[in-house]
Amino acid sequence: MKTDPAGVLTGAHYLDGDFACGEGAMAAGCRFVAGYPITPSTEVVERISRRFPMMGGTFIQMEDELASMAAVVGASWTGTKCLTVTSGPGFSLMMENIGLAAMMETPCVVVDVQRGGPSTGLPTMVGQADMMQARWGSHGDYELIALCPQSPQEAFDLMIDAFNLSEIYRIPVMFMMDECVGHMTEKVVIPEADQIEIVPRKLTSQTPEEFLPYRVNGGYVPEFARAGDGYRFHTTGLTHNEHGYPVMSAECQEQNVRRLIYKIRDNADQIVRFEDDGVDGADIVLVTYGITARVAQMAMEMAREQGVKVGMMRLIIAWPFPEKRIKELAGKIKAFVVPEVNYGQMVLEVQRCAEGLAPAVLVSHGGGGVHEPETIVEAIMGAAK
Amino acid sequence: MSTVSEQTAVESTESKVEHPIAPYLRMDRMPHIWCPTCGIGTVVKCYATALGEAGVDLDKVAIVSGIGCTGRVAGYMNLDAFHTTHGRAIPFATGLKLGRPELLVTVFSGDGDLVGIGGNHFIHTARRNMDLLVILVNNFIYGMTGGQNAPTTPLTAKTSTMPYGNFENPFNLPHLAASCGASYVARWTCLHTRRLTKSFKEALGRKGFRFIEVIAPCSTLYARLNRLGTGFELMRFYHDNAEIRHDADLNDVAIDFQGKIVCGKFVDEERPTFIDLMHAHYERTLGDKYRPMPPEGGWIHE
Ligand code: SF4
Repeated sequence: MKTDPAGVLTGAHYLDGDFACGEGAMAAGCRFVAGYPITPSTEVVERISRRFPMMGGTFIQMEDELASMAAVVGASWTGTKCLTVTSGPGFSLMMENIGLAAMMETPCVVVDVQRGGPSTGLPTMVGQADMMQARWGSHGDYELIALCPQSPQEAFDLMIDAFNLSEIYRIPVMFMMDECVGHMTEKVVIPEADQIEIVPRKLTSQTPEEFLPYRVNGGYVPEFARAGDGYRFHTTGLTHNEHGYPVMSAECQEQNVRRLIYKIRDNADQIVRFEDDGVDGADIVLVTYGITARVAQMAMEMAREQGVKVGMMRLIIAWPFPEKRIKELAGKIKAFVVPEVNYGQMVLEVQRCAEGLAPAVLVSHGGGGVHEPETIVEAIMGAAK
Repeated sequence: MSTVSEQTAVESTESKVEHPIAPYLRMDRMPHIWCPTCGIGTVVKCYATALGEAGVDLDKVAIVSGIGCTGRVAGYMNLDAFHTTHGRAIPFATGLKLGRPELLVTVFSGDGDLVGIGGNHFIHTARRNMDLLVILVNNFIYGMTGGQNAPTTPLTAKTSTMPYGNFENPFNLPHLAASCGASYVARWTCLHTRRLTKSFKEALGRKGFRFIEVIAPCSTLYARLNRLGTGFELMRFYHDNAEIRHDADLNDVAIDFQGKIVCGKFVDEERPTFIDLMHAHYERTLGDKYRPMPPEGGWIHE
């Protein structure tokens, strides 16, 4: 359906990535945000808290990130689209209830504007070291989706996709910004509301008598009932059957958790998203995301001038990871080069998926800045030898 | 609780008469997990009775529990029910309330859950006077994990992690809730079923952060570790040691080991809730531009 025009600030604007992300959420129909201040993400909720009272949205500043995430999961059960926003230290605290959202199958979006870590790390400076945490941070087995915008425009555009994906699969979606993208200011074009397609919360058409909250009839995603509509359902973070009742058994675990995993794995081909630049016929393929994709762009051009056939695969969705594409390329190229503002995270995925057919060379940057393009060029030249 | 389910079973086979609170429970989940003579079931009975007496629209009542023995209550209530993470029932419930303001949201959980791991949420939500009825069953111990020390364990009481007796000062919960800004504060034991039911009913009709502490026996752990006797003796203790003083100075209602339990309705004041304050403030500052979230929530649909 078309989105609610109340949240759409149509026009061309000059916005930083955090503001653009907030605008994207409001345009996507988000009407409840719970958050706790943390640099460099706070501008997202500052933007939202200024505009929300004019569009029927509620923002609440909670006492901590544990509470923010819990409130978001609770609010989502009313059908209201929900968001929370944080950075590394807060992301760690949110992991508990991100797991709850995954287990209860609660749509919501979590923004992490990444800064240098571990611990308090570099509060005002860039990092990309939460990529594995986004995927594996909460305990137990689950799957989710993570997007990585590389510009303020993408922070807006991908936010709409993030909300839509959370609705389609009933999962928490991670929105992995980084401090550079969050704080860079660029032109952001926001379309008319009737150009923005959103996936509304689809409510069950069954009666309360027939409805079971986790029945899928062979499908992947159960139908949803809102709290307050008379369904009197039960949901829990415990392993549960289709009634939403706890059942402590290996059989129920298998039935419950397998579906949480395979609703994403079996649909990965539809979800995976990346952008190729000169990959066909390349000897070297850069695998990048977020701010580093923009630095790598320059490195790629420099290496091409030196005669190396180098292409770039930019991850727009990092999780699920484009396994098939990496494997396919691995059989054709000399090497992958993976620059990241961390000491090696997504490179591990590239190595895993390449299955030894091509090496994946990490170009690390510990955080607090981005790579010098020359460092990446050097790695490309080394790998091309 | 065990009496309730036994009665139901007997009546449904012999006379087909339903137990009065059966419609409020998920009878398909009986028997429940609580131990014989545990106090939690009595509190559930009083809450269910109060829901009926208050005449609220049950389709609009949501219940949220955290983790622990009392954390299982949501799972047995025939309402929109959420069994959440340890300590997070209150912020989860805050989200439910703000996401659909017309809901009547009850938080039903234990002392370890709400004021141990969830203590920070408890004080801040009381400070906001958030529209939640918070029922805290205080059994002085962590029950489900095996009797460990709680932030409510009276001084000198034995727990599995304080085998030589507790030397940490416990919370005085009515005092804590009142000083943080709760608009309704009461304490009862589960012997006071009539007064407790009345208090639940009254609190269901109030707004803001309504806190009701219910002292309940954990017969399996707290009572056994401290050699306090059987269920009957525990009830007799409440009978002999509970003292109803509505006007008590809340500084004086802390609970000592096997000491007096001061009960009563300590606070009942109408004060603007978080939602009231938000509306009033935005109406004042933004005027006609303010568009509050509708009572049925911020759900966007065709
Ligand atoms: S362990 Fe204690 S609190 Fe838990 S069900 Fe048994 S008696 Fe009740």
